[in-house]
Amino acid sequence: MRPFQYLRPKTVGEAVTMAADHPDAQYIAGGTNLIDLMKRGITSPSTLIDINHLPLKKIEHRYDRTRIGALALNSDVAQHKLVTRRQPLLAEALLAGASGQIRNMATVGGNLLQRTRCSYFYDVAMPCNKRNPGSGCSAEGGINRTHAIFFNANEKPSCIAVHASDMCVALTALDTDVVIAGPNGERTLPFKDFHRLSTQQPELDTYLAPGELVTAIEVQDNAFTEHHHYLKVRDRASYAFALVAVAAALQMDGGKIWEARVALGGVAHKPWRYWAVELMLRGNAPSEKLFREVAEHEMRSAKAGEYNAYKINLTANAMVAALKTAAGIS
Amino acid sequence: MKKQTPDNPADNSLSRVDGHVKVTGAATYSAEYAVPGLVHAVLVTSTIARGSIKAFDLQEAETAPGVLAIITHLNAQPVPGWPAPKQPAERAPAGTAFRVFYDPFIYFDGQPVAMIVADTRERALHAASLVRVTYQQEPHQTHFEKNIGKAAIPLNVQRSKNSPFQDYTRGNAGAWAQAEIRIEAEYTIPTQHHQPLEPHAIVAVWEAGDKLTVYDKNQGVKSAQGQLAQAFKLPREHVQVVSPYIGGAFGSGIRVWPHTVAAVMAAKQVRRPVKLVLGREQMFTSVGYRPYTVQKISLGAGKNGQLQAIVHEGVGQTSMYEEHLERTVQGTRTIYACPNVTTRYRLLPLDVNTPTWMRGPGDATGMFALESAMDELAFALQMDPLEFRLKNYAESDPERNLPWSAKALRECYALGAEKFRWENRQMQPRAVSRNGMLVGYGMASSLYGFHRHPSKARAVLRADGSVTVQSATMDIGPGTGTAMTRIAAGVLGMNAKKIRFELGHSALPDAPGQNGSSTIPSVGSAVYVACESLKGKLLALAGEMDERFKAGRQAVVRDGQVFGSDEDKDGLSFADILKHHHLNELEAAEESKSGAERDQYSMYSFGCHFVEVQVHPLTGEVRVTRVVTCADVGAIINHKTARSQSIGGVVGGIGMALMEHSEMDHRFGRYVTSDFAGYHIPVHADIPAIEVYYIDKPDVHVNPIGSKGLGEIAIVGVAGAVANAVFNATGRRIRTLPITPDKLI
Ligand SMILES: Cc1cc2nc3c(=O)[nH]c(=O)nc-3n(C[C@H](O)[C@H](O)[C@H](O)COP(=O)(O)OP(=O)(O)OC[C@H]3O[C@@H](n4cnc5c(N)ncnc54)[C@H](O)[C@@H]3O)c2cc1C
Ligand code: SF4
Repeated sequence: MRPFQYLRPKTVGEAVTMAADHPDAQYIAGGTNLIDLMKRGITSPSTLIDINHLPLKKIEHRYDRTRIGALALNSDVAQHKLVTRRQPLLAEALLAGASGQIRNMATVGGNLLQRTRCSYFYDVAMPCNKRNPGSGCSAEGGINRTHAIFFNANEKPSCIAVHASDMCVALTALDTDVVIAGPNGERTLPFKDFHRLSTQQPELDTYLAPGELVTAIEVQDNAFTEHHHYLKVRDRASYAFALVAVAAALQMDGGKIWEARVALGGVAHKPWRYWAVELMLRGNAPSEKLFREVAEHEMRSAKAGEYNAYKINLTANAMVAALKTAAGIS
Repeated sequence: MKKQTPDNPADNSLSRVDGHVKVTGAATYSAEYAVPGLVHAVLVTSTIARGSIKAFDLQEAETAPGVLAIITHLNAQPVPGWPAPKQPAERAPAGTAFRVFYDPFIYFDGQPVAMIVADTRERALHAASLVRVTYQQEPHQTHFEKNIGKAAIPLNVQRSKNSPFQDYTRGNAGAWAQAEIRIEAEYTIPTQHHQPLEPHAIVAVWEAGDKLTVYDKNQGVKSAQGQLAQAFKLPREHVQVVSPYIGGAFGSGIRVWPHTVAAVMAAKQVRRPVKLVLGREQMFTSVGYRPYTVQKISLGAGKNGQLQAIVHEGVGQTSMYEEHLERTVQGTRTIYACPNVTTRYRLLPLDVNTPTWMRGPGDATGMFALESAMDELAFALQMDPLEFRLKNYAESDPERNLPWSAKALRECYALGAEKFRWENRQMQPRAVSRNGMLVGYGMASSLYGFHRHPSKARAVLRADGSVTVQSATMDIGPGTGTAMTRIAAGVLGMNAKKIRFELGHSALPDAPGQNGSSTIPSVGSAVYVACESLKGKLLALAGEMDERFKAGRQAVVRDGQVFGSDEDKDGLSFADILKHHHLNELEAAEESKSGAERDQYSMYSFGCHFVEVQVHPLTGEVRVTRVVTCADVGAIINHKTARSQSIGGVVGGIGMALMEHSEMDHRFGRYVTSDFAGYHIPVHADIPAIEVYYIDKPDVHVNPIGSKGLGEIAIVGVAGAVANAVFNATGRRIRTLPITPDKLI
């Protein structure tokens, strides 16, 4: 690990000023991802700005939104009454992530900004465009069992890694905004525009500008509290990243689906919102046949490598399973 | 928790004698010895799989803060036990254990090429990241299937007619072609790593007068002592190996590995105590692994289910510089009564580091294949897999034509089947579902050879009536000290709390390393005879004090006292006996080893596993939901610790079946699963309640305590049982481990 300087701001203003003054600095929250990245030499900031003393832990309800501070712990969010009552899909997704110990340290902001789990990214001896732009993508033509099957249609991907977060899959299915503080004040970004699908600059995972700090997320109230399911398919029962994950949320009435949300994890450079499916589901009575039809619809645009072709079937199947559970049909 | 019989009868099992110090953190592990003046070594490892080192650029590393030395093959002090490197340098010929910092050649990816010694570990790590190495790269071969044509009879076997790894045929080698019902299939086990939670670590102290003390993670202090003495040309007694606590090893600590030698080299060179701890990623290329193995099995039977022929061929991976041989195909010669059996074993050398023994070495690999094949043939016969095995039960050892010393496998099958409710199994796959999950049952048999090595133990009674028993054995997790205490307490008629068992130090009486499930059979016997001897001496002294205890009478020991008979209520305490004779202590030291019985009987542990799985029909996720394991290992010394051994074995088997896979990117010859995020082992949520049963009948022919080995048999066969259950649930036969969702989708 490269020696670094450690700073501890008390206010958001102080934090963003420090970041502006130290271009090579990184914020550290729970450290569950950043410390690993530093230990393996993937990132070597000369300055760490410890944001744990900023007042960003609060979870509250304002108007029609649940606002969750960037430093709220994954475990606290998952069991907070406001979240379990109003955003149960989010709670479900959080509990599917990592382990109890890690969720006790991991923050919402850090979860949004966690790096991919591509194993080539983690090994500095191997080429990787995300870690070292221009060096090549080892996963392309390598062991790409966990890699993406959906891409930005307008470019040849320079990185085929997937975003690893479970929480972000649920947030993608819901209507979420990210609240950001920067040297020039506060701004918000819709969640769907927060992460990058494009890998033109593979080293960048999000549209956060250098030195900007996430201060909160805000999740809109919705009518999905009854019919939702977060399904995570993984290599073991717990403590593994998703091979494929599905966040499914339905608003149902009179035996019909009135509103549907489907987001996928483990399939693209960012959580994948399944817009077409949502339209196809609307106004229809739930059935396995319908779910199968819509699930397979978008799979036509999927592209697999040598080791991840299974993901095409698996994603469709997982979607059927998640929608069935959400709809309450067996 | 629910009480089970008979694995957990309300017996008087001892809890782990070192449980308290372990869970409270008071136990000192290798990396935790706070030796004054300690400095830290970190290895820099190769990033290519074959070639040679052209040059180092050490400028940045040398000037990094805290750096005391950088050791490479260019400046390392020669290890005196090694021959001087050839000039010009030559690649080590096959059969040479890897020598660290010896020549410029790269034999495998992850090979140590340089070592930083610095005042703190963090500074050493930082400096290590600054070392630049240029290589002359050569094409490497690491891909097993692409090179399988190069598999050959191991040189070791070519040189030795009597090698057990020779090709074997009994009966008619062509019998398979004539069998009525036949199956033939290929099974693959990928490379799997031991990955104990405690990484390998050593603190090496080189003192004035060329005395070496190492606090090291290993599985045999005596063999480590011998190997280090040899390498550094020191008198054996100048080397002490101290390893009382080991955080798991599973075979990774049987050999003395290059990092151990490297740490000693550093300590000798910088004249400071050196600590070296392997990083998790270094654990993949430093301490061996279960080798990638491909097996082909041909099985034939009559329509009545009588086995007629087995052909079992296995090819295992090894390194270019060293052969590692395993029993992969050997169990097949022994386990079933079959007149025509052929086995062949080959090795495929690749540009990788040498594999090593990993729990149930060879047998766990071979039994996965054989027990899968048995299930395939049972299905082809439309016969219950258990009935099929019973039909081919070997009443004596068909390989050596000897009677078993004892075999209660039939009882294991019966007990296991009853507890598991095997009778509910459906012959046809996909016949049962529960809560939307496909449910399947599978079973497998298990065997493991009996190993007993000469062992010594010393028992000392002290003036306060306490006893210390010593032997240079190890505890890599099974609870050796607890079991030995139990044996001593039984012989001496004492409360276990007054007995202290010492192990894990090379100055103690000779004992074998902890491997091959040999500790209880070997060291347990030595402790038994040493305590018997101590008891004899004690009774003799008591006899001098009181007629009742004279030789030939029925004197007994109980509660730390000598009594004239079982009914006698008036005892003489051990302490009083010593006091009367003005003795501070009374000592007995004995050795125990096998005799002629080895040639009269065939000795094995036996067992079986029954497994229920649930498979998600849409996602292909497999969860083991129930396991019943049953073993016949002779007498059980201490049920509680035995039971956790069996549970641990099953957990290992579940990992082997469902997740463990060290995957290499062959373009680089480098593992891509080099941390716990990539190398999956079971977590709690993967493990159901595991029921453990023992037959618990002493095998009177094997040793004075009637106990055989348990550690390995606990894992052998488990992967097969899981794969068979997956077939029963889904109708899919997965022959390449691990059984991950992508294979079932
Ligand atoms: C073994 C393991 C298993 C895991 N399994 C899962 C899993 O199954 N599913 C899953 O979703 N996640 C999983 N995770 C990831 C875990 O959720 C993330 O590590 C965690 O959420 C990161 O939060 P943190 O507070 O520790 O972030 P840190 O490690 O402190 O920071 C991560 C990154 O975010 C930046 N950052 C942090 N906070 C802010 C902020 N407020 N504004 C701007 N930048 C910020 C940091 O600069 C850094 O770059 C796992 C992690 C581990 C170690
Ligand atoms: S997929 Fe992305 S992260 Fe992985 S090697 Fe390629 S560029 Fe790097």
